[in-house]
Amino acid sequence: MTIINAILGDFFWRALLAGAGVALVAGPLGCFVVWRRLAYFGDTLAHSALLGIALSFLIRLPLNLGVVITCVSVALVLVALSRTRTLATDTLLGILAHSALAIGLVALSFMPNVRVDLTGLLFGDLLAVTRQDLLWIYSGAVFVLALLAVLWRGLLMSTIHEELARVEGIPVERLRLVLMLMFSLVIAVAMKMVGVLLITALLIIPAATARRLARTPEQMTLLAILFGLVAVGGGLSLSWHLDTPAGPSVVVTAFAVFLLVYASARK
Amino acid sequence: MTEALVKLDSVSVEFDGRAVVDRVTLSLQRGDIITVIGPNGAGKTTLIKTVLGIQRPTRGQLAMAADLVIGYVPQRLTLEPTLPLSVQRFMLLSGHNLAECTSALGRTGVSHLLGASVHHLSGGERQRLLLARALVRKPDLLVLDEPAQGVDINGQATLYELIRELRDELHCGVIMISHDLHLVMAATDKVICLNQHVCCSGFPEDISKDPAFIETFGHQVAESLAVYHHNHNHRHNLHGDVVGAGDTGGGCGHDHH
Repeated sequence: MTIINAILGDFFWRALLAGAGVALVAGPLGCFVVWRRLAYFGDTLAHSALLGIALSFLIRLPLNLGVVITCVSVALVLVALSRTRTLATDTLLGILAHSALAIGLVALSFMPNVRVDLTGLLFGDLLAVTRQDLLWIYSGAVFVLALLAVLWRGLLMSTIHEELARVEGIPVERLRLVLMLMFSLVIAVAMKMVGVLLITALLIIPAATARRLARTPEQMTLLAILFGLVAVGGGLSLSWHLDTPAGPSVVVTAFAVFLLVYASARK
Repeated sequence: MTEALVKLDSVSVEFDGRAVVDRVTLSLQRGDIITVIGPNGAGKTTLIKTVLGIQRPTRGQLAMAADLVIGYVPQRLTLEPTLPLSVQRFMLLSGHNLAECTSALGRTGVSHLLGASVHHLSGGERQRLLLARALVRKPDLLVLDEPAQGVDINGQATLYELIRELRDELHCGVIMISHDLHLVMAATDKVICLNQHVCCSGFPEDISKDPAFIETFGHQVAESLAVYHHNHNHRHNLHGDVVGAGDTGGGCGHDHH
């Protein structure tokens, strides 16, 4: 217990554990972002997280809960609006992403008595992780991973061919909602670590790196987790030794690994 | 009489108030092969989706046999380049074991591709993979949307022959969309010509050198394939597109909207 206490008492170890927890779920979910072309969609959800923060202060909700609720609502609005087909999806996403971010920033400025670390929200503050945050991250991670394991075949089939999946009795629409819920959860949890502007990078880059080496979806998922862990470890070391900001350092490491793998892997 | 696998009773499907499928009635029994032909935009795919149960009819009744297992061969398998997928993994996603998957692949002649990446398959190989994927479910009803697309001429004939054989082996019903008139005539029990509504339907056995058919499909086609009675008020080109109103007097006795 003393060892555990010593580890949890050290801010660097807490950051490492937090980053690892995020990488565990960002790997598989990132694969779905890449497979389903949801990069911009993820961005929009991440940006709307800031709006969630503002709302949480306004109606006194726990921050994480406020963010999850806002992300899920934005996701639902997106699905509903994209069905009407009056605007192209990327236009719609652009409007919602930046409006949500801007409204969040404006709303926060109206609350002078609320002290928010805006830089921390935008770019993350991995080194300020508390024990309570760790509890949040790991319960979220266990929940999302368990859900993924149970729903894996259905999620994968509806990603490969939606209609074929539907004919085989897979509840495609319900799975889409569950996937969005999982994205929202991960964003709420990861926001504090890497910030709303960099979450999508943590989802996409390890998954894209893994694609180069994987032959099956499952391999890609595991490799994405591995590359995510490497990015977290490398990024935090970089931050420790060179005194660089932690969140961006993690993303920079992920990018470096991506370049390395693509340059060296022959295909 | 056996119970019908699928029965459509005056089924209409409307999008924004426009009927894409208009009062179609059909019934499919075990052992039947029904082919749907018709011009582009005739509602063939919508009709097939209704049969599959993934498109709700706006009006009319759709009845399916209880515990009906459907094997669906979609028009094509377009795969995201970012999604790595081997033939084996794709087959296993059906939920059936490796032995069953290998045997299904063997039946469609692509068992040697088990270890290959789906991305590297040719058009014909992909269609055979999709057929194997449908087959492994041991379907009561096989639904194919232009199964021969991207397959060369020789391959097409073999593919339709294979579908006939599978029908005999599984004693299942088959409904498919096709553009290949020659092969449709050779491989089908019943042809439905769709243009929103059912224009006409017929059995290739009722072949006659009907002037209406020759007018519809042209001399060359008529001479080179089995012909069935077909009254039209529009013409098709070889792609099955409507190319303009022909003799409107005879016609099918109803209006084309």
